[in-house]
Amino acid sequence: MSNRPIRFYFRGAVVEVDDVATTRTVLDWLREDARCTGTKEGCNEGDCGACTVVVGELPAGDGREVVGGLKLTTANACIQYLPMLDGKALFTVEDVGGGVERPLHPVQRAMVDCHGSQCGFCTPGFVMSLWATYQHHVARGARPSRQALADALSGNLCRCTGYRPILDAGERMFDAPAAALDTGPVVAALEGLRSEETFRYAPACGGELVAPRTLEALAAERLARPDARLLAGCTDIGLWTNKQLRDLPALLYVGAVDALKRVEARDGVLSIGAGASLEAAWRALAARWPALTEVWLRFAGVPVRNAGTMGGNVANGSPIGDSAPVLMALDADLVLRRGDRVRRLPLADFYTGYMQNRLEPGELLQAIEVPLESAAQVRAYKISKRFDCDISAVCAGLAIEIGDDGRVRAARFGLGGLAAVVKRAYATEAAVVGRPWDEATLLSAQQAFAGEFAPLTDVRGSAAWRLQVARNLLRRFWLETRPDAPLGAADVSVWAAREPEAP
Amino acid sequence: MKNRQQRVGVSRPHESAHLHVTGSAPFTDDLPELAGTVHLALGLSPVAHGRLLGVDVEAVRALPGVLAVLTAADIPGANDCGPVIHDDPILADGVVHYLGQPVFAVVATTRELARRAAARAREVVRVEPLPALLTPLEAHAAGRYVLPPMHLVRGDARAAIETAPRRLSGTFEVGGQEQFYLEGHIAYAVPREDDGMLVQCSTQHPSEMQHTVAHCLGVASHRVQVECRRMGGGFGGKESQSAVFACIAALAARKLRRPAKLRVDRDDDFLVTGRRHCFHYEYEVGYDDDGRVLGAELTMVSRAGYSADLSGPVMTRAMCHFDNAYWLPDVAIHGYSARTNTQSNTAFRGFGGPQGAIAIENILDTIARRLGRDALDVRRLNFYGPSDATDGRNVTPYGQPIPDNIIEPLTRELEAVSDYRRRREEIAAYNATSPVLKRGLALTPVKFGISFNLVHLNQAGALVHVYTDGSVLVNHGGTEMGQGLNTKVAQVVAHELGVDFEAVRVTATDTAKVANTSATAASTGSDLNGKAAEDAARQIRLRLAAFAAERYGVAASDVRFADGRVTVGAVKTMAFRELVGEAYMGRVQLWSDGFYATPGLSWDRETMQGRPFFYFAYGAAVSEVVVDTLTGEWRLLAAHVIHDAGRSLNPAIDIGQIEGAFIQGMGWLTTEELVWHPNDGSSRAGLLLTHAPSTYKIPTANDCPPVFDVRLWKDGDNVSDTIHRSKATGEPPLLLPFAVFYAIRDAISAAGGHRVDPPLTAPATSEAILRALEAVTSS
Ligand code: FES
Ligand code: FES
Repeated sequence: MSNRPIRFYFRGAVVEVDDVATTRTVLDWLREDARCTGTKEGCNEGDCGACTVVVGELPAGDGREVVGGLKLTTANACIQYLPMLDGKALFTVEDVGGGVERPLHPVQRAMVDCHGSQCGFCTPGFVMSLWATYQHHVARGARPSRQALADALSGNLCRCTGYRPILDAGERMFDAPAAALDTGPVVAALEGLRSEETFRYAPACGGELVAPRTLEALAAERLARPDARLLAGCTDIGLWTNKQLRDLPALLYVGAVDALKRVEARDGVLSIGAGASLEAAWRALAARWPALTEVWLRFAGVPVRNAGTMGGNVANGSPIGDSAPVLMALDADLVLRRGDRVRRLPLADFYTGYMQNRLEPGELLQAIEVPLESAAQVRAYKISKRFDCDISAVCAGLAIEIGDDGRVRAARFGLGGLAAVVKRAYATEAAVVGRPWDEATLLSAQQAFAGEFAPLTDVRGSAAWRLQVARNLLRRFWLETRPDAPLGAADVSVWAAREPEAP
Repeated sequence: MKNRQQRVGVSRPHESAHLHVTGSAPFTDDLPELAGTVHLALGLSPVAHGRLLGVDVEAVRALPGVLAVLTAADIPGANDCGPVIHDDPILADGVVHYLGQPVFAVVATTRELARRAAARAREVVRVEPLPALLTPLEAHAAGRYVLPPMHLVRGDARAAIETAPRRLSGTFEVGGQEQFYLEGHIAYAVPREDDGMLVQCSTQHPSEMQHTVAHCLGVASHRVQVECRRMGGGFGGKESQSAVFACIAALAARKLRRPAKLRVDRDDDFLVTGRRHCFHYEYEVGYDDDGRVLGAELTMVSRAGYSADLSGPVMTRAMCHFDNAYWLPDVAIHGYSARTNTQSNTAFRGFGGPQGAIAIENILDTIARRLGRDALDVRRLNFYGPSDATDGRNVTPYGQPIPDNIIEPLTRELEAVSDYRRRREEIAAYNATSPVLKRGLALTPVKFGISFNLVHLNQAGALVHVYTDGSVLVNHGGTEMGQGLNTKVAQVVAHELGVDFEAVRVTATDTAKVANTSATAASTGSDLNGKAAEDAARQIRLRLAAFAAERYGVAASDVRFADGRVTVGAVKTMAFRELVGEAYMGRVQLWSDGFYATPGLSWDRETMQGRPFFYFAYGAAVSEVVVDTLTGEWRLLAAHVIHDAGRSLNPAIDIGQIEGAFIQGMGWLTTEELVWHPNDGSSRAGLLLTHAPSTYKIPTANDCPPVFDVRLWKDGDNVSDTIHRSKATGEPPLLLPFAVFYAIRDAISAAGGHRVDPPLTAPATSEAILRALEAVTSS
């Protein structure tokens, strides 16, 4: 274990910081300490994108695209703690172009030419999201569709423009001669920072953050510090400090363990490392089950999907997390590790109550395993006020397997937003299994469903509406999957006209 | 001879665009902080209503980093920041009126420590709870208003309704709306010599900030200077309500004799400040068999919140816009601004206009459905008559004739451009065979009056400096919040002096430069400040022309300014800077002030009659949506807009205003829902639960429709003598997305075979849509 300052690549060199609290956000460090004020604060909770920055990392085996040897992803600087940047590179709007000696970057030029800024406060964040998109597409030699651009901007709010000129700029930025990032020096610097040793940051001003690099070291630290707070993407914990002003215990950061980020198919399962980003995990799931694409693209905004992990989403156990309902429908197992002991548990058995689960002290979630060989038809539906970046009122993961005799062989209905935990609708499933998948069966399923859930009324919707919508989603699912004249997505979903593609 | 380059009427990028995209356009929080700067955070009332027994100041002062704790008792001058009526304490005194009201301010060494200390409010504020009124209808029932009810009457509405062949009565409501400027409220106060105070803050109304800070500190206005270079959005939210932050920052700076910054967290911004008023309507209408409105009576109740703020003017504008584009022969409108124990509602783009106009749209939409007619036909039947009408069909209920009514030709054009009739048929065919999804279509018009209803506010000043190198500096009383005001003003000045746009620079709004300015509001920014700047630049040009005429012996009228050059009759042409240099040597004044007051306005507050508006702006929109009858989800498939910007000063900026307002107004009517914890006896009663972007959902890029066809009205002009005959585009287009709401209503109606009027209220969330669907399909 090495005690040392935080080291990261910034403005062309490796900087060292040792005088900020462990929970100092990247945004506060930028604005207040480094006095780089190009990056703005609009909400301080990861929901507006004004603080969007780009983080560069060496590839981690999570399947994410690499640009010139670097993984380049957007992040919300307001909910990233500075020590999480250790060993990474930070790019802000000031790095992109313009200023005294440099011309505007094609992204910036296009934003000016298309009238993409009005008040300009959201603009640096949009420039960073577009810049990340630009780098990926230039490396790929491709252009994104307008739809893909909109999806890439799902985490950026603009109150002035109405977005049309920004989307125009996203198209126009590829018209200029390519201006790809020279990643060579960055990669070299990050290689120089690479280490297998656990990083410990314990500044004089208080707090402690421990970042193991290997799975073994992480498991050992977890066992030794059962009371430490596990920190993954910081997309939830960031709000505890930013909004609730909570003091945190020692932090055990899982984000430096590359082995935990792997997403790979083997032995008939898709294994999603607990540290894999939501983006990496959903991308892999949607590749196997294209019907999941919509929920993938609607899960938070891009920067949050880049930082947040599916493991965190599952382990956190929020009743409104969108991963668990879908993973339950896919019959996923959890791989739990305590020291050297590894055990498996069906996800459907994991939650015991509101934000409560079966993890033992010193145990951690290592991976999520999704069986790949399945004959089930799968759909995922998300209902929220807004298409992009909204918390579900109801999220449903629905899977059904119909035998050759036309009868339901198996059904798994995972529901979020309807109870204190995400859970399977076992009574409803029982009402359909063994029966023909016809309207009469649907009606009894809907009836069973009403007895199974007693949702709450909150800002996202009333209890009665939630229940009604969830029952109606069963109908939509039946319409889409019934053996008799099933309807296509375009007949049952207002979103089907979108032509999403990988952003 | 080369063509004169156009300075006005061209699509110049925003003057700060190159700074926005590089992150080098400083907003208030980006300005370098002076050494010794202290930071503030606000301690907020934990209850919706209560007697304030005291604040345990010592407990807060003992917390880490805390330097001082300020309460009402620390205010040397007036504890008031109300813009119209003085009922708005800066810090609560005696009574707390809403959950979130600032009770004390913590001054600390860092912002984080200030926030941590202020967060103790629930423990240190001692209050004895009082009964709270949380909804406008409760307050209306209790007769609690922030100002007396208002009535606007023409003819005998009751008689007209009673004798009409058909009658309709009903209720309707629209929700409020958070401005959600991306840059939250902020003020940075720096003490200056001799009791002076510089306040840099994000405000649409520097002069009012100056006056309010001066009152609060108990000093004369000349000791207070307020400056604002740009805002990260305002939308009305920074018109009056920036005052509480400016005052508290100034108070701390004065007490501690150190620079003091107050930047509120987004959640506190939501909890402290007000927003667009939600409205409740009750109406009765008489109409004929074709759908012609013969008489209408409307009662509107708005949520004013705990104090008057701008609720009176907002209600006035709502009442003056109930007519929208329609002739209402006999009409009676009653407006009640209900006092509730919630944030004090304030200006928001449209300023009551949208709330007034949507009521008549709802009525006409319903009439059309009852008659089985296309809603466009019924709307059109009710349009105001032509400007030369002799039957009175061109006079508004408040007595102002409409001089340039273009709503009929504009609508006709839009109907053609959007292929309205063909799509109507296609949609009917689609709906007939689609079991789950239904489509809807609507076309709605806009007429919007431009000017402040309060006559005296319609004035502006500007200063133009020409330096000896020919560069030009402009300062005016308007503020830049993204709307492109500075760009337009620079274009006007460049045009007037015949110089390149790049030769003109507009600087921060500063109360030390132009005095007694009005808020940049009511869409009047370019109209007023453009004219004032033109006046200033023209005086300089005339002086230069006179100087050149005398020096070179030509007539002053033969001295022409264009393309950065000056043509002195047939004698010579020279660079602008050359003439300027000569004029300086000739001791000619190369700077000038300019002033403008909108002519011909009048308004009688008692009778609500007069000529409150200098002119009207028009527009119309068509929207097509698809609605899911199982979930209430919906999507905007296409929007077509034609909007009247007069002779646009800058078409790109005007299109930007129109599109931005369209999406913003769409958010208001659909996804943007405000929810307060209900009056259930718990201590959370009155807590605004939608307090941040995580819970309050403004539109995102995916809400921008795949087809978004926005055009300026091709024959745009202005019969009133506005700046280059342009028209304001800030607020009017906020009404365009009515078309989205009524397209949703049309789709819902289709699910019931157009037999039942959907009881849809705004915001049309999926839940509200599903509720309305239930109603039309179950009956
Ligand atoms: S400030 Fe809004 S996402 Fe970070
Ligand atoms: S330009 Fe103002 S928020 Fe986007």
